[in-house]
Amino acid sequence: MSLDFEKDVADIETKIEAFKAKNPEATGELVKTLNGLELERAEKLKELYATLTPWQTVQVARHPERPLIRDFIKGLCSEFIELHGDRLFGDDHGMIGGFATIDDRRVMVIGHQKGKELDEKIKCNFGQACPEGYRKALRLMKLAEKYHIPVVTFIDTPGAFPGRDAEERGQAEAIARNLLEMSALKTPVVAVVTGEGGSGGAIGIGVGDVVLMLSNAVYSVISPEGCASILWRDGTKANEAANTLKITAKSLLQLKIIDEIIPEPVGGAHRNYEATMKTSKKVILKHLDALAKVSPKKLTARRFEKYAAMGRF
Amino acid sequence: MGWFTKSKETTANSESPKKEDIWIQCPSCKAHIYKEEWEKNLKVCDRCHFHERLTWKERVDMLLDGGSFVELCPKVSWNDPLKFSDAKGPYAEKAAETCEKTGMKESVATGTGKINGIKVAMAIMDFRFLGGSLASGTGEKILQAAMVAVKHKLPYIIISASGGARMHEGIVSLMQMPKTCAALAQLKEANLPYISIMTDPTTGGVSASFAMVGDIHIAEPRSLIGFAGRRVIEETIKQKLPDDFQTAEYLMDHGFVDMIVHRKDMKEMLFKLLKYAGCK
Repeated sequence: MSLDFEKDVADIETKIEAFKAKNPEATGELVKTLNGLELERAEKLKELYATLTPWQTVQVARHPERPLIRDFIKGLCSEFIELHGDRLFGDDHGMIGGFATIDDRRVMVIGHQKGKELDEKIKCNFGQACPEGYRKALRLMKLAEKYHIPVVTFIDTPGAFPGRDAEERGQAEAIARNLLEMSALKTPVVAVVTGEGGSGGAIGIGVGDVVLMLSNAVYSVISPEGCASILWRDGTKANEAANTLKITAKSLLQLKIIDEIIPEPVGGAHRNYEATMKTSKKVILKHLDALAKVSPKKLTARRFEKYAAMGRF
Repeated sequence: MGWFTKSKETTANSESPKKEDIWIQCPSCKAHIYKEEWEKNLKVCDRCHFHERLTWKERVDMLLDGGSFVELCPKVSWNDPLKFSDAKGPYAEKAAETCEKTGMKESVATGTGKINGIKVAMAIMDFRFLGGSLASGTGEKILQAAMVAVKHKLPYIIISASGGARMHEGIVSLMQMPKTCAALAQLKEANLPYISIMTDPTTGGVSASFAMVGDIHIAEPRSLIGFAGRRVIEETIKQKLPDDFQTAEYLMDHGFVDMIVHRKDMKEMLFKLLKYAGCK
């Protein structure tokens, strides 16, 4: 699926497909033409992705084929033992977690799950976790602390679920509790924003010693549409809101909210899972190894200083 | 002198006092109440118990021993890290206007004071300042007051009145949620009491951070408390919500508030609770 702003690339792709259909066994000059078209496509894509606007980046971050937590687990981990439930109410499919092995490092992986097929999406509430999801996440974090293994969280959510049941079971309290506990967790936490970092729903598992972001991910206090409908009184002004909210990885690095950007392959993570996983793994392992050398006491003191300094100008 | 006993501007010279100088209409039940009675009743309607929003100074006068309040970080103010501007113009202009109107530099005032002789650290949000929204200056003040509490071994009381995180400071506002909670974790580590008082409204990023992690949660009657907005929820679940949804009473029924305390009893209740917490 190509996005609106990728029309030029899509046109070339249509040409390539048509050419291939017409010349199933191209040789000589025909191969040259085909290669030329492929090159043109690659150049166009590179050019397009080098200059994505914030609103275009939002669309890439929400791309239906973008790798989700299960893809990251499959691509990064040699083993994953999923753990279920918050021991209080139920098991939220919008937030998953469990023991995992990345190379030879044992970690606790936790993250939002959006789901790919419609059935799965509905089961996961489109990645909008409920209080039981945040409480499951906290249970697993405390387990990781007990077993002295680091936590890696994958953030990809439009926001915490705004539902009646979620409110009644304490959505606010669940997120608040996680913020309090994560800020003092005595084991390393690496948080990775892989797609949409949707406000409280994202920060609810996002308090880390290191916060990483994929280059086309976004992270924001409110969705551009939500902001536009409140401050512009016009939901269609999302483009402007996206510009002014500073939600791209590059902006957030400048604002010192995140620590490093994980570069995506040309054309976005959805176009090349393998390259995305390879780079992500390298960056995550680098930070896990560095954090493994820090004592728990120093770790929590440093984490406190990191967050205390945010918004101090 | 308490704010509610302040001498009124004299109307002796005017021929007859204006109607609004004599009585006000309760915003909730529309009953007409004598202004003097309203002020004496701490801006609570004695017919329907509607609690009007208060300014931070009114809260200081209501809760702290006279003359005991010492303000902390009075210079910490709002910031404009995004150089934000919306359909109505630059955030910087809006914030400057709000400062002028309210005499505040941020949506919270912090300080130390005494409750019947017990010294406490306190943060009081004020809805007049951009809807009491949580932004960089707010988070910094709440954190600094918590640090004072830790340093001097004081109990900490936060009175929330906020619509949530301030969009105009974007992600920096969002980060005030973990920042304030990290400060409260220090308080917890030091075994110091933290009482959260939720007033109308306590929603969004404020309910989902410092307001909801108190040792004890007190709410003022009928305050709006919740995470997501009613309209957003109704649109999401395609159902109409009950009228009392997200009220203090509803929250207490669902286990998220310890008690609902009438404004006139608040100081005495805080004093009793602080005693149970071992404060002297």
